Amino acid sequence: MVELKGVVKQYTRGRQQVNVLHGIDLSIADGDFVALMGPSGSGKTTLLNLIGGLDQPSAGTVEVAGRRLDQLSGTELAHWRAGHVGFVFQFYNLLPMLSAQRNVELPLLLTALSGAERRRRALIALELVGLAGRAKHRPSELSGGEEQRVAIARAVVSDPQLLVCDEPTGDLDRHTADEILALLQRLNRDHGKTIVMVTHDPKAADYARRQIHLDKGLLNGDLAA
Amino acid sequence: MKYLGLVLAGLMRHRSRSLLTLLSVMTAFVLFGLLDGVRTVFGEGTDTSGQDRLIVTSRLSIIQPLPYSQLARIEALDGVQEVAHANWFGGVYQDRRNFFPNIAVSANEWLATHPEIRLTAAEREAFLGTRTAALAGENLIERFGWKIGDRIPLEGTIFPNKSGSNTWTFDLVGVMRAGEDERSSFAGELIFRYDYFDEGRTQGQGTVGWYVVQLADPARSNEVAQAIDAMFVNSDAETKTQSEKEFNLAFAKQFGDIGLIVSAIMAAVFFTVLLVTGNTMAQGVRERVGDIAILKTLGFTGGAVCLLIVAEALLLLIVGGCAGLGLAALGLPALSRALRGQLPPLEVGPDTWLIGLAIMIGLGLVVGVPPAVGALRLKIVDALARA
Repeated sequence: MVELKGVVKQYTRGRQQVNVLHGIDLSIADGDFVALMGPSGSGKTTLLNLIGGLDQPSAGTVEVAGRRLDQLSGTELAHWRAGHVGFVFQFYNLLPMLSAQRNVELPLLLTALSGAERRRRALIALELVGLAGRAKHRPSELSGGEEQRVAIARAVVSDPQLLVCDEPTGDLDRHTADEILALLQRLNRDHGKTIVMVTHDPKAADYARRQIHLDKGLLNGDLAA
Repeated sequence: MKYLGLVLAGLMRHRSRSLLTLLSVMTAFVLFGLLDGVRTVFGEGTDTSGQDRLIVTSRLSIIQPLPYSQLARIEALDGVQEVAHANWFGGVYQDRRNFFPNIAVSANEWLATHPEIRLTAAEREAFLGTRTAALAGENLIERFGWKIGDRIPLEGTIFPNKSGSNTWTFDLVGVMRAGEDERSSFAGELIFRYDYFDEGRTQGQGTVGWYVVQLADPARSNEVAQAIDAMFVNSDAETKTQSEKEFNLAFAKQFGDIGLIVSAIMAAVFFTVLLVTGNTMAQGVRERVGDIAILKTLGFTGGAVCLLIVAEALLLLIVGGCAGLGLAALGLPALSRALRGQLPPLEVGPDTWLIGLAIMIGLGLVVGVPPAVGALRLKIVDALARA
């Protein structure tokens, strides 16, 4: 599903060149649930952004679902993201003026589906995360856990094969975090979604099938759960 | 249409700010609608066709007097039913701030050519029978608390009298009441007899300010107007014959270039609107960097995000602008009625709507494109890290 070869990522900060990833080789199978771990600044989020098509490598190749992302233009990457990947972030990143249902519908606006069909699919996604009853609520009327569930519903509504999650439980209490992780695990196990999750939390990583450790931009261990 | 919700959500993120901006846009376009209606009236060429009353002035200037001797020649023209004449007096009542039009008129002919002036038989008789008589419009009577029988002193600013004083005294003998006729523009005027004025003044005897020509057949107005002007062409006092409305416009234009004044005011207003809406859009987009990054993350292309932001600006300008022009369209007829026919009917015409729409779209693009380009250039990874 995900194939990275010799991936290098450099940033320019002022006059300084910062090397974040130093030639990463990584392979993630279809249907896997991978936890990317490592200390702050180790390059976890950068690696996740490359896998999710949010950024381009400075060198090396990134292939996801048979598509070379490093060769795509900005617009092509946007179209690819719309159809192939769902995103879940630490701070949920829902649009505050839209209801839960309208937030979930957002990725479907880019399809040719009718309004009624978009609403139907959004409700199914909300049902999947246990929030069908909160469809009309705005993010400010939801708890943190509920907001993250809405974000997960938005990530899966267009049925992408790949989910990338950046610290999805980083802003939640233990109990709620466990619920969210169980939900992700269910999506992986029951719906076959490939999940790549960045986390600091070893307990969160335990929900994954595989843990990959990064340190200073290099892979530092690969452990199957 | 499916993106309308997103556009509205962007505008409603800061409801009060958007609402205040919308109100300022609306106010600007109300002003635009009203002023453009006035500008159009002052800018358009009106013709004399279909008019039953023509005004003859000097071809040189509205303030240039005409010889009294022209009267008989105009009266003798085919198609002319009656000719009155008048002279601007420019007198001041008590204080210069008490300005109102006061005009010396040929009494009998004036009343004959202005049937819309309603007088009682006694008032008419007194006006025609008393050399010092004056008639005042209803508004003047109310404004100064005058009553019939009062002696009204006016200070002549142009014409001193033969007694060596600038003070002219008139006997108020009647009130000019307005009927239903739209041409009743005399409610704020005072008229008095030309013979009293001409005998009393120290200069300009035997001249008049303008003639009022009552036509036998309004359909022949163009023909008669051309005939009058042709009669005095190459004479010492060439004439310009126009409709009464044209004359009123020319009179108002003496105070300045109305079109230029209106355009200058509108330029200042729209520049202010540009700053207000530009600030709203720039601030709104700056505060929504995270939202924009999320849209891009979900697969919205840079161009699509760009269009959403420009659409926000256009929506703000078009909704506010159309509401403003709509209010102006409702208000102008009322203004027209208040002016009691002194100007042609004021309205928000198709040209004003078209210019207004062009301004709305132009302003929308000017204020929408810069933040949209900023959003286009926004890097998702940087924006997510900042949000």
